[in-house]
Amino acid sequence: MIEDQLGRCVASWYPGATGVTGAAKLSGGASQETWTFDIVHPSGSTGAILRRAPPGYGASPGRAAGLDAEATLMQLAHDAGLPSPRVMHVLKPEDDLGRGFIMQRIEGETIARKILRDEQFAKARPILARQLGRVIAGIHGLPSAKLPKLREMSATKEIADLEREYRSFNWPRPVFELGLRWLRERDPGPSKEVTLVHGDFRHGNLIIGPDGVRAVLDWELAHFGDPMEDLGWICVNSWRFGGIDKPVGGFGTREELFAGYREAGRKADPDRVMFWEVMGTLRWGIMCCGMMQRFRTGPDHSMERAMIGRRSSETEIDLLRLLAPRGG
Amino acid sequence: MQDEPTPTELIKAVADFLRNEISPQIKGHNAFKLRVGINALDLVMRQLTMEQGADDTETARLKQLLGSDGSLIELNRALSEKIAKGEVDLQTPGLADHLWRTTMDKLAVDQPNYASYKRELETK
Repeated sequence: MIEDQLGRCVASWYPGATGVTGAAKLSGGASQETWTFDIVHPSGSTGAILRRAPPGYGASPGRAAGLDAEATLMQLAHDAGLPSPRVMHVLKPEDDLGRGFIMQRIEGETIARKILRDEQFAKARPILARQLGRVIAGIHGLPSAKLPKLREMSATKEIADLEREYRSFNWPRPVFELGLRWLRERDPGPSKEVTLVHGDFRHGNLIIGPDGVRAVLDWELAHFGDPMEDLGWICVNSWRFGGIDKPVGGFGTREELFAGYREAGRKADPDRVMFWEVMGTLRWGIMCCGMMQRFRTGPDHSMERAMIGRRSSETEIDLLRLLAPRGG
Repeated sequence: MQDEPTPTELIKAVADFLRNEISPQIKGHNAFKLRVGINALDLVMRQLTMEQGADDTETARLKQLLGSDGSLIELNRALSEKIAKGEVDLQTPGLADHLWRTTMDKLAVDQPNYASYKRELETK
């Protein structure tokens, strides 16, 4: 059924399109879905991705930038020469597909374990951290006049948000308290420079090929804020997938990341990056607890969500390794 | 008194069956879900085996650290409050050691294959 709807939609803007095939849902939360499909036209077929809130769903939840903003950001990144899919079409009411957009499908891998272990990425791994540093700098440098309206965050606001969320669980976690206290005591205050921040720049949201990074995805958490947040988030141990001695995604060093950032004309502040790494570690821990809550209160009563709740202790050991390292 | 086999033995038998007999026959997303399910059973088994001992030593440490009595959750609430208020911190004798031991005991149940945990076990 969605293939018929998509077929009618693409016919209205893709030259010569005769329909779509191979539509399959890649992921779906309660309010947002991602579909892959192929646009069929006289010269062959073209891979495309639909990202949408199905009909009947209103505004995006709390922190989300919204699908229209995501489409704008992705297109701006593409226009700036950053690895990003081209946005092919922003959904219109007459498409009857809900709200969202259709973008070019980029082939490659997003699964961290494969990127970190498979032979085909052996040449990409040593260059990735530097490459990503350049890409992050490019994101932070996107022309501000063209950017959509997004929430503005600061370290102070982020700490307050995390604390409120943690307190709402009403379950004592002395290590999280220690993390919150550490962050409050070292809150650098408003950043001198406020830029676009991707907000979720890590494994899973990056398409990697044997040649390196091919696309940055998922701008759902984009906002304005301290640019060091993106550099700290990608260093969080939860995204190293076992490669704990390589802080950047389990494949690279902070120095390589910062060198790439510098090559693209921006300067990293290692202390502030570390501050955001601690913040990010706590943030992921609290997100794990949040998934447990959603498991308990429904509607997603799945084993996966329940088990993610039992991963919050991973961030506790990582916080202790950051804040209270043992011996040497 | 309930009879044998114990809950741990029953769960292990089910987990082993799913792992050895069913898992090789399942493909795709359900294979992933099955793996999560087996992991959950393994976790429950570890908790049933280790929880009591870990809770007892955690309670004893908390009583010592706080100089007060209470259930494990009450003691953890009290410690959390003291950390939030800055009444105890990493300079407080025994706090870092307590948090480390407690966290290691949690990981032993939750995620014994987590790389940070394995590293800390080696360097203990």
